[in-house]
Amino acid sequence: MDKIVNQKAWFLVLPVFAVVAFSAILPLMTVVNYSMQDTFGNNQFFWNGVGWFKELLDPSTDLGGRFLASLGRNLLFSAIILAIEVPLGIVVALSMPREGWTVAVCLVILALPLLIPWNVVGTIWQIFGRPDIGLLGYALNSLGFDYNYVSNEFDAWATVIVMDVWHWTSLVALLCYAGLKSIPDAYYQAAQIDGASRWAVFKAIQLPKMNRVLLIAVLLRFMDSFMIYTEPFVVTGGGPGNSTTFVSIELVKIALGQFDLGKAAALSLVYNLIILIVCWVFYTVMTNVGTERPEKKGAA
Amino acid sequence: MHSIPGRRLIISLFLIFLLLPIYWLVNMSFKTNAEIVTTMTLWPHQPTLENYRRIFTDESWYSGYINSLNYVIINTVISIAVALPAAYGFSRYRFLGDKHLFFWLLSNRMAPAAVFALPFFNLYSAINLFDTPWAVALAHCIFNVPLAVWILEGFVSGVPREIDETAFLDGYSFPRFFVKILVPLIASGIGVAAFFCFMFSWVELLLARTLTSVNAKPISAIMTRTVSAAGMDWGLLAAAGVLTIIPGALVIWFVRNYIARGFALGRV
Repeated sequence: MDKIVNQKAWFLVLPVFAVVAFSAILPLMTVVNYSMQDTFGNNQFFWNGVGWFKELLDPSTDLGGRFLASLGRNLLFSAIILAIEVPLGIVVALSMPREGWTVAVCLVILALPLLIPWNVVGTIWQIFGRPDIGLLGYALNSLGFDYNYVSNEFDAWATVIVMDVWHWTSLVALLCYAGLKSIPDAYYQAAQIDGASRWAVFKAIQLPKMNRVLLIAVLLRFMDSFMIYTEPFVVTGGGPGNSTTFVSIELVKIALGQFDLGKAAALSLVYNLIILIVCWVFYTVMTNVGTERPEKKGAA
Repeated sequence: MHSIPGRRLIISLFLIFLLLPIYWLVNMSFKTNAEIVTTMTLWPHQPTLENYRRIFTDESWYSGYINSLNYVIINTVISIAVALPAAYGFSRYRFLGDKHLFFWLLSNRMAPAAVFALPFFNLYSAINLFDTPWAVALAHCIFNVPLAVWILEGFVSGVPREIDETAFLDGYSFPRFFVKILVPLIASGIGVAAFFCFMFSWVELLLARTLTSVNAKPISAIMTRTVSAAGMDWGLLAAAGVLTIIPGALVIWFVRNYIARGFALGRV
């Protein structure tokens, strides 16, 4: 659809701009301000230039060490959950029933974890995983595994990852299912006539058709897992030690725990910048793939 | 042809995996603490409603739900109200900086809440909104307004432009066209957007906890305080958790076909 150029449309957008500017630009300016200054209490601030940023990116300092360690943990976490959730989501989407009332039931159950408050997701897994009162923890320990997510690093990681898989695989599955549903039956009939194997159908028809939704799913999952705070905070509190302290948890510790304004602000800006870059990729994908589609249809 | 071998088994196993932890939570909520701590039982042997009764009679508990609902509803109303005209603007017109603005909105939806926790605390303290539902409602606008704009823009674009033109030829003024024709046409879209604003505001903890202390404390914050207390009241915690799942579970049936669309910001 060709859009008309009309500058008066700004009046329609103005309320949104005002609301979001109030809660985004104002606080962000505060952050920029803090990131350049140091304070010794009593609301006295001193110019510190790029000092905090230098410290942040230097692994030999306390701040830099903590930031880079949590960044590394967070990237590892994101990589692991993407490697599990994306294939699993595709398999689940392919396994969805074709028609009938079971479709609706499956959709509802799949969506259920997505709508649970994040701290309750943490609570659920805390209760489920505890060796003394949780079904999972109790069962694993009865089977002879020494499972305890409070004291063992590996168990804590496993719990946080399984929890995220539980929480968010449905999103990948629902997106893929939406992509699969848009494939016309004629494609499958043609494949049948050609005698294509299941694997060939998946590779030549289903996967290309799911390309766009898969890309959206990967980017959404990456960004959300990169910002994860509430669920690991409730279950492990970032521990044992610092083993499950991700970037957001580290940031909140510095900002609200120690009230170290300058350090927290510098960390915030770098953190935000990383998200912004990924977000830009996401935006380009969203808008460009959308405009490509009519051309493809025309060629087909 | 659409599906893979063993699909019934795979989907059943996955659904069981999803439901098992939720079942355990519900199971716990009907047990007494004595039963939870002393024995491992797969279902409550002495079912009790005591945990729920305590939540509904103790003000420090049930006020949490009211506080949460307060800011969630305020936030949903603000988000939809400002997002509707903007969605129409983005869908129909080109104007100076439209693409940059659209991207900027998205980038705010994706911004980590942890970055904003501290500046929000300062900002809302400075304007005397700290510990009111308005502080949380406005803070949640940072991700819900962009979300609503993105979702609604998709729905408005589904309405043919000819309808606008016909209405204007018939002598409708812009506000009248908007309320009488456009809004009813995208009613389902507004429902979906409202549902997602409600949901994302309801599930958020960090900002809601940071911006409240006593009077407007949401249920999620009350629950975390119980976790950190010395003596754990598992049954009560489980019952509180079950009650937070209910609003989502109630409306999920009506939006089941739109869930993927909402989470993908209206782009699927």
